[in-house]
Amino acid sequence: MSKKMHVKLKVNGKEEEFLAEPRELLIYTLRERLNITGPHIGCETSHCGACTVTIDGKSVKSCTMFAVQAEGSEITTIEGIGNPDDLHPLQTAFKEHHGLQCGYCTPGMITRATKLLEETPNPTEEEIRFGMAGNLCRCTGYQNIVKSIQAAAAEMNAAKEAAE
Amino acid sequence: MIPAAFEYYRPKDMAGVLSLLEKHGDDARVMAGGHSLIPMMKLRMADVPHLIDLQDVGGMSDIEISGDSIKIGALVTQTKIIDHAGLAEAAPILSEAALQIADPQVRYMGTVGGNVANGDPGNDMPGLMQCLNAIFTVIGTDGERQIAARDFYEGAYATAREDDEVLTAVIIPMPKGGYAYEKQKRKIGDYATAAAAVQIVSGGGACVSASIAMTNLSDVPVFSADAGAALVGTSVDEAALKAAVTAMLGDIDPTEDNRGPVAFKNHVAGIILRRAIARAWSRA
Ligand SMILES: Cc1cc2nc3c(=O)[nH]c(=O)nc-3n(C[C@H](O)[C@H](O)[C@H](O)COP(=O)(O)OP(=O)(O)OC[C@H]3O[C@@H](n4cnc5c(N)ncnc54)[C@H](O)[C@@H]3O)c2cc1C
Repeated sequence: MSKKMHVKLKVNGKEEEFLAEPRELLIYTLRERLNITGPHIGCETSHCGACTVTIDGKSVKSCTMFAVQAEGSEITTIEGIGNPDDLHPLQTAFKEHHGLQCGYCTPGMITRATKLLEETPNPTEEEIRFGMAGNLCRCTGYQNIVKSIQAAAAEMNAAKEAAE
Repeated sequence: MIPAAFEYYRPKDMAGVLSLLEKHGDDARVMAGGHSLIPMMKLRMADVPHLIDLQDVGGMSDIEISGDSIKIGALVTQTKIIDHAGLAEAAPILSEAALQIADPQVRYMGTVGGNVANGDPGNDMPGLMQCLNAIFTVIGTDGERQIAARDFYEGAYATAREDDEVLTAVIIPMPKGGYAYEKQKRKIGDYATAAAAVQIVSGGGACVSASIAMTNLSDVPVFSADAGAALVGTSVDEAALKAAVTAMLGDIDPTEDNRGPVAFKNHVAGIILRRAIARAWSRA
């Protein structure tokens, strides 16, 4: 065992401080240390995207980053995006357009999609498929995920216009 | 999938990195985005007792475009290459290639320096940099030196960079003419079955110069001078394409693996190169 290191980071707006071995992967920090179980462990080999979180404005597979690397950063997980009483437009759209079946990939999907819509507020189908390529879904065949993201984009753009 | 234990360092400057490398020798490794290294550590195929994170080291995150060359800092990510307007103008082959690497999440983390220093034959940027005749700058305790991309790769995971040197930047002479990066992969996020990087300059309806490099068809990237030469002076017609493909096939050395047998790889390499030349020529 190597010596533990002091790690301080912010998850969903809350400061967290703990001692961790350098080899602790961020997904385990979130799930097992901080009890933030929205990000899932799917493949654990950097492919499936179920563990996707947003770190300082980047979509990151948290199975491929050590907690010590994230020291000083701000992290958003699905828990920081919406909650059952106050769903994010993407969460509502996934529900209404059947953007999920088993739901295992959904936290990663939606977390990635928030970033995609931030960068590309009005994406074409092709841009959605390309921008979501790091998230695998074994149930839906993706069609309804694309529809959900399109619907959320329309909703969010309309809300933004109304606010202006 | 938990890696073996290691000590972690995050020095604030290059002097700190170099002194750690000197102290720990073979037992130390630098990490940039970690998206090649961490998967290998998790599989316990890489043993890294001392891991030196480069993220806080300044001066390696910029893209500088001057009159006759482009300098890309080692820590520039693939996403930054794709999003950079000046680069899209000056060297569009870079974003065309970067867009074919991995997936969005990986591209936010993966760096140019990590991609070219890694030495994995599957990485796309080494072949790209050979096509562009790039120069890599490395720094060690004895100072800085420059190594041509075409001389950098010695074998799988073996490069001309010494263990105690850090790659700081890639310098690319301003590319000229038409370009294409063409890649065959089994699925998104996969390494190439075959990929080709092509730059072609035309003049008076004929090819004036051509640079061709291939990826994942040998244990090193393959710059095929003969394939480029086969196009020069021609109108890039069927005969020239055939000659270029034949020359390229003489230079690659694919092996059978889960992407297919040798005959298949040669076949794919030929098709990918034809497509890349045709697209580069149409843009020349
Ligand atoms: C799912 C997945 C799919 C991928 N698909 C592709 C693909 O299709 N094509 C492709 O090209 N790549 C692919 N990659 C690899 C990805 O592009 C890596 O990020 C990249 O190869 C390495 O960059 P890095 O910054 O992550 O390097 P790291 O993982 O940090 O480092 C890789 C190696 O280079 C060394 N190194 C890093 N930086 C330096 C430096 N400045 N000086 C000296 N040595 C250094 C490290 O010590 C290590 O040995 C994929 C990765 C994943 C996880």
